[in-house]
Amino acid sequence: MTYRHRHLLGIEPLHPVEITAILDLADRYVALNRAPDKRSNALAGLTQINMFFESSTRTQASFELAGKRLGADVMNMSMQASSIKKGETLIDTAMTLNAMHPDLLVVRHPHSGAVNLLAEKVNCAVLNAGDGRHEHPTQALLDALTIRRAKGRLHRLTVAICGDIAHSRVARSNILLLGKMESRIRLIGPPTLMPAGAADWGVEVFDDMRAGLEGADVVMMLRLQKERMDGSFIPSEREYYHRYGLDGEKLAHAKPDAIVMHPGPMNRGVEIDGTLADDINRSVIQEQVEMGVAVRMAAMDLLARNLRAEQPGVMA
Amino acid sequence: MTTTLFINARLIDPETLTDAPGGLLVRDGTIIAILPADATETTDATRRDAQHVVDCGGRCLAPGIVDIGVKVSEPGERHKESFRSAGRAAAAGGITTMVTRPDTSPAIDTPEVLEFVMRRANADSPVRVLPMAALTKERAGREMTEIGFLKDAGAVAFTDCDRVVADTKVFSRCLTYARSLGVLVIAHPQDPGLSAGAATTSGKFASLKGLPAVSPMAERMALDRDMALVEMTGARYHADQITSARALPALERAKQNGLDVTAGVGIHHLTLNEFDVGDYRTFFKIKPPLRSEDDRIAVVEALADGLIDILCSMHTPQDEESKRLPFEEAASGAVALQTLLPAAMRLVHSGHVALPVLWRALSLNPARRLNLPQGRLAEGAPADLVLFDPDAPFVLDRFTLLSKSKNTPFDGQRMEGRVLGTWVGGTRVFDSDAP
Repeated sequence: MTYRHRHLLGIEPLHPVEITAILDLADRYVALNRAPDKRSNALAGLTQINMFFESSTRTQASFELAGKRLGADVMNMSMQASSIKKGETLIDTAMTLNAMHPDLLVVRHPHSGAVNLLAEKVNCAVLNAGDGRHEHPTQALLDALTIRRAKGRLHRLTVAICGDIAHSRVARSNILLLGKMESRIRLIGPPTLMPAGAADWGVEVFDDMRAGLEGADVVMMLRLQKERMDGSFIPSEREYYHRYGLDGEKLAHAKPDAIVMHPGPMNRGVEIDGTLADDINRSVIQEQVEMGVAVRMAAMDLLARNLRAEQPGVMA
Repeated sequence: MTTTLFINARLIDPETLTDAPGGLLVRDGTIIAILPADATETTDATRRDAQHVVDCGGRCLAPGIVDIGVKVSEPGERHKESFRSAGRAAAAGGITTMVTRPDTSPAIDTPEVLEFVMRRANADSPVRVLPMAALTKERAGREMTEIGFLKDAGAVAFTDCDRVVADTKVFSRCLTYARSLGVLVIAHPQDPGLSAGAATTSGKFASLKGLPAVSPMAERMALDRDMALVEMTGARYHADQITSARALPALERAKQNGLDVTAGVGIHHLTLNEFDVGDYRTFFKIKPPLRSEDDRIAVVEALADGLIDILCSMHTPQDEESKRLPFEEAASGAVALQTLLPAAMRLVHSGHVALPVLWRALSLNPARRLNLPQGRLAEGAPADLVLFDPDAPFVLDRFTLLSKSKNTPFDGQRMEGRVLGTWVGGTRVFDSDAP
């Protein structure tokens, strides 16, 4: 079997072969998405519910489009506005939805581990669309696809991940994925935004951005997560931009053909120079968005195949 | 006049640090004689008087455990634990004295609430219950409680439990006032600022799991502060849980300087570490959070050499609803009245601690700290006893626990050590063979 799991909860349990399988399938969906007729029936008859306990525009739209292109019936639930406010627990919400027989559940939650907890209580396949500061597996997969298409490989690359590592689930999933694919990872950021014990993850840690970018193939910028900050982490945005914002001068320390990535949404002028972000020769930020839809199609396709294999009599 | 004769026992006495075969003669709730190994029920007239004879079959007979810091959820949350359920669990766990926490709802911060608690406890609990009272009103850290009245009403110690009195001026006045009455103040050394919002101990594991975490340094910082205040006020002070290697030198220094200071530790910090949380298992969420393996070993060694004085269960019942939540939101604490003894046996079986030394921390030291006559096997001591098989293996099924709440991290684990019988004041309150 190409993908052995029931859910996609994180990069941590995946084998490199499984990661490659998702990316290979995603490559085919990139082609489909560029064709005039974008429809597939891989998820025909299946119901996909997007449950976002935390606001999201980009990821939710990407999952919705991915489901629709594959022929699933897609429903979006914005959970901030619903029963959570009435005091219902996460488990109760999950059980209620489970009774409606969805096949794919896409969940984002502000607390680490909440998606794992929910996955224990439902019968369908669960995709983690981001849980707290823990994991955001489809983001790491779309980043990997973007890198693989730009660089031709995922191994033996030097990838610099810069900025607010402490609050970033994107960083954690990327570190896990790139480590499994045998790339070299550098983390760059002010020590207040570096998680404790990061040096034990098999990565190199830098607080000087220029030193950290030296010779990098990929420069991955992270959004400064102002909404997750509960105290004093940086003196000011302008000092942060001065020391850790990516501009042409700092990027010159990386390899001449280094690509610039950002998971979005960007704070222009805080972690990245606006002109650089729009530079089509260096920035692959728009490609990342495109790869996002393809990777999510691939992931849901593989999970649906496993579901069908499990219940051959029920689903054609 | 009731007389009970215990024969053929392996006596564990923490006062003399002995582990030897022998027997006991108990009359009217008091140990009246320690008998030699060859004692039988017919050797002299006194023994022939015994109405009850307990053949211990070579198993361990030790003083009953004095457990400081048991949460019984009365008043307020009786569905989590009542005096009846906690008392039965304690009896089945070899605990003969529960020293209960005041972090109930409402807090035990007035003599009236304390009297209610004592009435309930006396009516329902098969084991002794000694209540502690809050140090500050509503445990809010602003005004001290009526320490004198509460002491007169029966409070054996004063504590705000897991809340730290952050205002040093308030805390120093509480300590000064407590000193004048000679009462014991129990504090939870944890810097409140550094530990705010933390669910785990900071490090590689917490960072990878994306959980809010606190450095173990928060414990040392708070202990350092408290030691300075104890030096200033001369109060009797007990740190409820010392769980990290870095806090130990501060504790050692304070003891060497002659401060009236003792320290405790909960069973979970001695037997589990931060990695046991695994995939966000909330039954492993406790306060302070589980530490690194290095810290665990350091604390086990500190217990063995006596630097840490007291081992307790930190029994904290939580219902399923408060645990079935994302890790950050889930309630802290674990039930442990029945798992304290078998979990502590792991330290014996691993060769870290000998049985009499373990019992020093389980019965003698906590009794002494509270000026109780219990905790030892000696003529004249109360006959609060536990008979147990230190090697009996079992797999724990949490639904067999007698506590109303079943939140134990040891569910499904292999354990060794089974309580066979428990006596409080010479009366049998637990019999493993009884239906």
